[in-house]
Amino acid sequence: MKLSMKEKLVLIGNGMAGIRVIEELLKLKPDLYDITVFGNEPYGNYNRIMLSPVLAGEKTIDDIMLNTEQWYADNGIKLNKDSRVEQIDRIKCEVVARDGQRAAYDRLLIATGSLPFILPLPGVDKPGVISFRDIADVDSMLVAAKTFKNALVIGGGLLGLEAANGLMKQGMTVSVVHLPDTLMERQLDRPAAKMLQSSLEERGLNFLMKHSTAEILGEDRVSGVRFNDGSEIVADLVVMAVGIKPNIELAQTSGLHCERGIVVNDTLQTFDPKIYAVGECVQHRGVAYGLVAPLFEQAKVCANHLANYGIARYEGTVTSTKLKVTGIELFSAGDFIGDENSEEIVFQDVANGTYKKLILEGNCVKGAVLYGNTVDGSWYFQLIKDGTDVSAYRDTLLFGQAHLGDSGHNPETRVANLPNDAEICGCNGVCKGDIVNAISEKKLFTLEEVRAHTKASSSCGSCTGLVESLLAYTVGGEYSATPKTRPLCTCTDATHDDVRKGILQYQLKTMPAVRDSFEWRSEDGCAACRNSLNYYLLCAWPTQYADDAQSRFINERAHGNIQKDGTYSVVPRMFGGMCTPDQLRTIANVADKYKVPEMKVTGGQRIDMFGIAKEQLPAMWKDLTDGGFVSGHAYGKAMRTVKTCAGDTWCRFGTQNSTRLGVKLEQLTWGSWMPHKFKLAVSGCPRNCAEATIKDIGIVCVDSGYELHVGGNGGIKVRVTDLLCKVETEEQVLEYTGAYCQLYREDAHYLERTAPWVERVGLAKIKAAIEDETQRKALLERFLISQKAAQIDPWTERAHGAEANEFTPITVSA
Amino acid sequence: MSKWLEVAPLEDIPVLGSRVVDTPDTRIAVFRGKNDQIYAIKDACPHKQGPLSQGIMHGDSVTCPLHNWKISLSSGEALGPDEGCTNVFQTKVDSGLVYIQL
Repeated sequence: MKLSMKEKLVLIGNGMAGIRVIEELLKLKPDLYDITVFGNEPYGNYNRIMLSPVLAGEKTIDDIMLNTEQWYADNGIKLNKDSRVEQIDRIKCEVVARDGQRAAYDRLLIATGSLPFILPLPGVDKPGVISFRDIADVDSMLVAAKTFKNALVIGGGLLGLEAANGLMKQGMTVSVVHLPDTLMERQLDRPAAKMLQSSLEERGLNFLMKHSTAEILGEDRVSGVRFNDGSEIVADLVVMAVGIKPNIELAQTSGLHCERGIVVNDTLQTFDPKIYAVGECVQHRGVAYGLVAPLFEQAKVCANHLANYGIARYEGTVTSTKLKVTGIELFSAGDFIGDENSEEIVFQDVANGTYKKLILEGNCVKGAVLYGNTVDGSWYFQLIKDGTDVSAYRDTLLFGQAHLGDSGHNPETRVANLPNDAEICGCNGVCKGDIVNAISEKKLFTLEEVRAHTKASSSCGSCTGLVESLLAYTVGGEYSATPKTRPLCTCTDATHDDVRKGILQYQLKTMPAVRDSFEWRSEDGCAACRNSLNYYLLCAWPTQYADDAQSRFINERAHGNIQKDGTYSVVPRMFGGMCTPDQLRTIANVADKYKVPEMKVTGGQRIDMFGIAKEQLPAMWKDLTDGGFVSGHAYGKAMRTVKTCAGDTWCRFGTQNSTRLGVKLEQLTWGSWMPHKFKLAVSGCPRNCAEATIKDIGIVCVDSGYELHVGGNGGIKVRVTDLLCKVETEEQVLEYTGAYCQLYREDAHYLERTAPWVERVGLAKIKAAIEDETQRKALLERFLISQKAAQIDPWTERAHGAEANEFTPITVSA
Repeated sequence: MSKWLEVAPLEDIPVLGSRVVDTPDTRIAVFRGKNDQIYAIKDACPHKQGPLSQGIMHGDSVTCPLHNWKISLSSGEALGPDEGCTNVFQTKVDSGLVYIQL
């Protein structure tokens, strides 16, 4: 036998609570312990709460298995199934099983769960009297249903009703005996219980309310039941479902302190510090839970302590109940009865089968009972747990969350309410269901992973918030929120800001120098960082850095926009949107000559020619540049257009010559490479026909001068500009604009538009830089230096033979 | 069947870039790596037939310009979580000339 230095963890009880602890522990410290599990049942770990659907024939045993035996093997866990632990030797620190097996422990975890409560009736040990607790019980019920006709369920609580429903589905005639006069009295108030009873009666169940069982009748096997009032009923199968009690026998005989359950503290530790206990066998702060949610919370805390982190505390759970009877919607949570300090809000429509009751105390929801329509159950439950002040929407509270509109609650619960076919990502057509499936099937935990697997939020990014909410809602607390400062790409840990600073500080002038200096993990970088580095270097060293065409996205390498069929579009620059008949004729002639299939006037006041093969581009550019045009840079992370309105030359409202100013601005800024595309507009009066207040820079002319507005965007997320300042002359407009462009070029992250940039760095910082004369003039000077190189028209160069290989295919014949 | 076709002198293909090669049957993208490795791949992304020749090359893979799928130049397989495959062709460099095998 191999000796291991690892500490030994022994788990008694192969159920949901114990195994959940192991799963949580493996996530935290997979190699800390040698783990041994003892379980009474001859199976792996299964989902006990799904036994009712198995009995009803809606699921199979395989469907409800949580961990197969392979899982134990894969995780190096020794599973002793069908092996009952009889004794815990706390002196020697070992457990002894009935089959004689012994296992030593450094830490012991008890998760023995609960036992069905069996009424001490005469005849209760006859064959045919069973409980409803495990797979064996379900099997004997299924067998009985094939041979026998009449079933009797003692107990009209959650478990009893689910058993009764299952047996009825298996073809038996079922009666339910219940001592109180309403069903599920621990979870339901009287009106809801009455509605439930009548709808179960409609389905064919018989109820014997206020009946107390006195004796089980029969010879070899149960044949009926006699009640206290002397009446009798025929039954071939009796299911005892009057409740459960914590299974503490082993703990008690081992001398652990027990009351109703094994007493544990907030770290799930028993009175023996080496021994922990979780699940239905424990009693925490006086409460023994019989539902699944608390047990998962306990498991998390317990695993945290077993992993030696020692920081989690379990402080109890508010529980909620749902009845798993198909077709019956029932939900209850918290304190649903109330007292003299609480108030009730009730909605009841018996004919329609709807009942809702909320208990409020001090503007907070304390409890809820829903019957018929339970969609808002999880919302009310959240309100109860969070202790949310609901006074603002108390009058519509009963109508549910959907009635609340968009404000007042978090987006997580909102996406939770969306149907599975709701489209989340409009760019890539990804629905909620696709995302949720990918998250759960492929075990995704980060936004990046969801993007990679589903493509949701990977294009325009406007649905990022929704996708993050879906992640949080689907994986719960395990979701790792995107860190605020992100590395530039997966090749490095350095951020955009680190790299930009480093380029200047260490005089890094080539891409390999940057990659070495910041310890890139890939030799050539990737399609994300190569673009960024090329731009950062070009911006920092405009007269020295040699632009690397292979690090530019194809649009900027081919100086046209690649279209879905691989052809390109051609947009000549029309300064300020102005044009002459000769210029239009040139464009028309070019379009004819190259058989341009489609043309369009763009939103930026120029003309787009579509469907041009790459090899045709240089010839077309030759004809255009001969006619006086230059590239419109409609394809680049660059200055795009200056949109103008008619201005005071013609317009009766115009206050300044907006077209002349637009042309001057475009002459100043054209050709400039930017972190992202960059658009300008000049409106001749505050009526703003050029839509200047959704541009990167918008000039709005007024009678006394010019307002400079910045940081607008008309795209994914419309953002109205902020007023930067007001100036008096055209010269000042040009000076301020040049300085602002350079500040954006030097400060923003690559692929960050001005709108998010302004929001990230704050308008105050930008204002301070531009309004300070020394800084402004220095920025403008640097802008003009970089423009010298940038305003060499790329089309003219290529029309005369530059980069010819880029545009010329090689032809080979076989 | 398999015969070697001369494509172009090595220096006509940009480092970390590609040239488009038209053959009688299909359009092929020929890439040149940082250390003059040559890859030939059908110029159609398995996703939506984007021209891989126009993508950015890094290591031995290329990122498609249309929807950013990453394709291995040596196997033609889509990398990462995407699934798909396109044809690749054998290449060799002999006396400064690039050849591909069809």
